[in-house]
Amino acid sequence: MTNHPLIEFRDVTKRFGERTILHKVNLKIYDGDVTTIIGKSGVGKSVLLKHIIGLLKPDEGSVLFQGEPIDKMTKVEWNEYVTRISYMFQNNALFDSMTVFENVAMPLRQTTRLSEKEIKEKVMARVEQTELMPVVNKYPSELSGGMQKRVALSRALVTDPKIVLFDEPTTGQDLIRRNAILGMIAECHKSFGFTAILISHDLPDVFFISNRIIALDKGEVVFEGTPEELENFEHPFLDEFIDSLEGFQEHLTGLYSRRNFRVRYQKQIGQKHADETFVLLTFSVEDIGLVGTTLGQETSQKLIRALGIYLNKHFGSVGGFSTRQNTEQFVTVLPFSDLNEAQKILDDFATDLVERGLSNIQTSAQIPEGECFDFSISAGLAEGKQNEEIGSVLERAGAQRKTIARFQCDKRR
Amino acid sequence: MIFRPRQVSSIIQQVYYIGAKSTTIVMLVALFTGMVLGLQLYYALVQFGSEGVLGTTISLSLVRELGPVLAAIMITARAGSSMATEVGIQRISEQIDALYTMRIDSLRYLVSPRIAASVISFPLLTAVFDLIGIVGGYISAVLLLGLNAGTYLHGVQSGVEMKDITGGFVKSIVFAIIVSTICCFQGYFTHMRRDSYGAKAVGLSTTSAVVLSCVLILVADYVVTSFLM
Repeated sequence: MTNHPLIEFRDVTKRFGERTILHKVNLKIYDGDVTTIIGKSGVGKSVLLKHIIGLLKPDEGSVLFQGEPIDKMTKVEWNEYVTRISYMFQNNALFDSMTVFENVAMPLRQTTRLSEKEIKEKVMARVEQTELMPVVNKYPSELSGGMQKRVALSRALVTDPKIVLFDEPTTGQDLIRRNAILGMIAECHKSFGFTAILISHDLPDVFFISNRIIALDKGEVVFEGTPEELENFEHPFLDEFIDSLEGFQEHLTGLYSRRNFRVRYQKQIGQKHADETFVLLTFSVEDIGLVGTTLGQETSQKLIRALGIYLNKHFGSVGGFSTRQNTEQFVTVLPFSDLNEAQKILDDFATDLVERGLSNIQTSAQIPEGECFDFSISAGLAEGKQNEEIGSVLERAGAQRKTIARFQCDKRR
Repeated sequence: MIFRPRQVSSIIQQVYYIGAKSTTIVMLVALFTGMVLGLQLYYALVQFGSEGVLGTTISLSLVRELGPVLAAIMITARAGSSMATEVGIQRISEQIDALYTMRIDSLRYLVSPRIAASVISFPLLTAVFDLIGIVGGYISAVLLLGLNAGTYLHGVQSGVEMKDITGGFVKSIVFAIIVSTICCFQGYFTHMRRDSYGAKAVGLSTTSAVVLSCVLILVADYVVTSFLM
């Protein structure tokens, strides 16, 4: 991250009639980051995004790209600027009289001089990546909401943009698909290195792929910083917003949200005496990308979720509590165990996982019998003290991590 | 440049939609217009013993006035309304904004091919209207009322001059520009209507497009005729 913002809002105010949607908004977006804009419905998130691409113009203030106001750009500069940007609309904005293929090919056909063969190759690569191959010749109205989102995602990424604006890319999706789309965005961000600006309500999932969070309330920026900073940020809007979303999240996954995990951690560990210890375990699902490649992103997300539930069930029975740390990592705290006991519980878990767990997880993730997939799980544990920062315990546990279970495809062995 | 080479296919598509698919309705209206004209004018002219000029009267009415005007009104009803609706829906479903974000000029992409296709289709349909209208007049005057076929056809041949045909085509081109521009304009700015939003706005835009086009066809007809006379 450089110190110079790629895009900057300076005192941007936007009104629709009497209503002020954005009021003196100041924010910075940095090159290569995934910046997520959060806020309740109707606070001006989409309006803010539309200012970046010039669909809306501010009534006051200015939007700057690399320090230059976009409204003062020459036509050539403006074209160069817009060429770098791609926009994924909240309602997809697919061309309903065109097939999926034609929709994705549209920007290439209209704005590049690529041959039809090259266009087909590029489009099919994106279509395959977003798991749309079976519906490539269908019309948007014949697709489910989730598939339409993925078509919009493919279209947004087909031109290999440098900046991608995602306006609620996961709205209307179930939990699995939401994570699959976020995973896809994270993967594309990693592969293509674009700057992503997302509008999302999917907390805390979106934190896993975001470098920066911007919170909007009543047309003003109330927070700008990292996801970690947001978790420690006190603001009535954030409490209300995050609590409502996280409650829903916990209901769906059975795992604590990171925020509530911290609350329980502080409550349980904070009550201990200074010399009392606890054990923290960290789990990592490795090579899950291979599952995504062979069985699809959605299945890999289902598998991780099923694993989280299985893990929570196992360690919950001995007084532990868990959370999802990021897309592929879980953290569990055993407040009443020492290191030896925790190691024994972990060994039991590993044995149970290999003997029975996988078939349970496979059933939960709806992976058909006989499907070929490989992945491994590694775990590390460390003992912590009452007055010790969770971050340092987590670091020590991570350093101890070793593979506890490996699942390999029988057919390939 | 208004058109780009890659727009040719979309112009052809629009010619098919605005032109080819309107042929049946235009032919049907032309046939009955010609037949009614034949019927009315025969009984009016026979009173003065002037039924010999029936062919000239019918063909001149059709080629100079009724052909371009009625063909344009029929195309407005069939294709103009759908132009306004289609573009209006694309506006409210953010498809036009999506074009903008893809650096595709929405006016070039959506409006230009429709105007070009209208300019191609209107004169062709007007020619079809004229021809079928004259056939309709023949059916009612010659086949049903017993006027001599040679008299009718001679009247058509001698009465219509090239400048009448050219004048009719000039009108049809003017109508094409008026209809396609108004219908696309109404759809394109659906989101700026102050009286309604969403689907209702699209409906109202379509109504406005048809009403305004029909009125302006008649106004333009008077203006162009006054220049041609």
